Amino acid sequence: MSDHIVPRRVYFTIYGILLLGTYLTVQFAFFDLGALNTIAALTIAVVKATLVVLFFMHVRYSTRLTWLVIAGSVLWLAILLAMTMGDYLTRAWRTYG
Amino acid sequence: MLPDTSIHADRPHHPALAHHFESIEAQKDAATLGMWVFLVTEVLFFGGLFATYSVYRMWYPAAFAVASHELNIALGTINTAVLITSSLTMALAVHASQTGERRQLMLFLIATMILGGVFLGIKGVEYYQKFVEHHVPGPDFKFEAEYFLHAQIFFSLYFMMTGLHALHMIIGLGIMTWMLWWSWNGTITRDYAAPIEIAGLYWHFVDIVWIFLFPLLYLIGRHVHV
Repeated sequence: MSDHIVPRRVYFTIYGILLLGTYLTVQFAFFDLGALNTIAALTIAVVKATLVVLFFMHVRYSTRLTWLVIAGSVLWLAILLAMTMGDYLTRAWRTYG
Repeated sequence: MLPDTSIHADRPHHPALAHHFESIEAQKDAATLGMWVFLVTEVLFFGGLFATYSVYRMWYPAAFAVASHELNIALGTINTAVLITSSLTMALAVHASQTGERRQLMLFLIATMILGGVFLGIKGVEYYQKFVEHHVPGPDFKFEAEYFLHAQIFFSLYFMMTGLHALHMIIGLGIMTWMLWWSWNGTITRDYAAPIEIAGLYWHFVDIVWIFLFPLLYLIGRHVHV
């Protein structure tokens, strides 16, 4: 918990995975995968961000209250994006009269 | 001076422990939680920009792909690696603070600051190139006629998002200077390493923002345009 010291090799392992993710995301970008391009880029970014949060930011070893606050931030960000896109994506559907 | 009537009055007192906390652990948990609450506001702050980006990219996908292709992918990739490396040195600084290795702590903080400086320097070179190429939105903007208006929206978002990110980096360098001072003057000890950890949370958060900015700004046009 509070006084947990993360071993250094964990940091180096995560660092290696983050660099690998950066390499992959650049490589994927040069292939035409259609809509999958964006999905692949965002998936890799989410995986990288999750690793940073869990290990570099020690959330894996943090209190449940910290977990709750982070889950709250993800939830509110999801509401922000879902509501906004829910509006703009469906505007073309409007029919009057 | 008034007599100490707090619950700690008759106990040995850790110099870094504020009187309203029961223990140094409780103090650290409260500080960590406070930083995370701040970071939540930051997530939503940047979230608004990401939502704006999503709407405009959905409306003008071709202009965004063509404009994105104008960014320097090599410098963007190098900067991503530089920032990830600075997160590693930050994590190692936290490790050194927890084990009480002051020399290593200071060296890793300095390494983090140097890498942060390299990132900002490369960013400056990129901005300079954009000015030279007339890719800064405004009266001097030059671009293919077909995408002239909508490419300006992309570049506006590019400068807004990377500029705000760079501002966070500059503030981060200020925080690191402060932490370096506290490490040097002995405020940071093995029992009181929390400030380094909290500063690390901020630094890693700024790294995470870049992890999303990089593919969304630099990589969307690669396969479309030669």
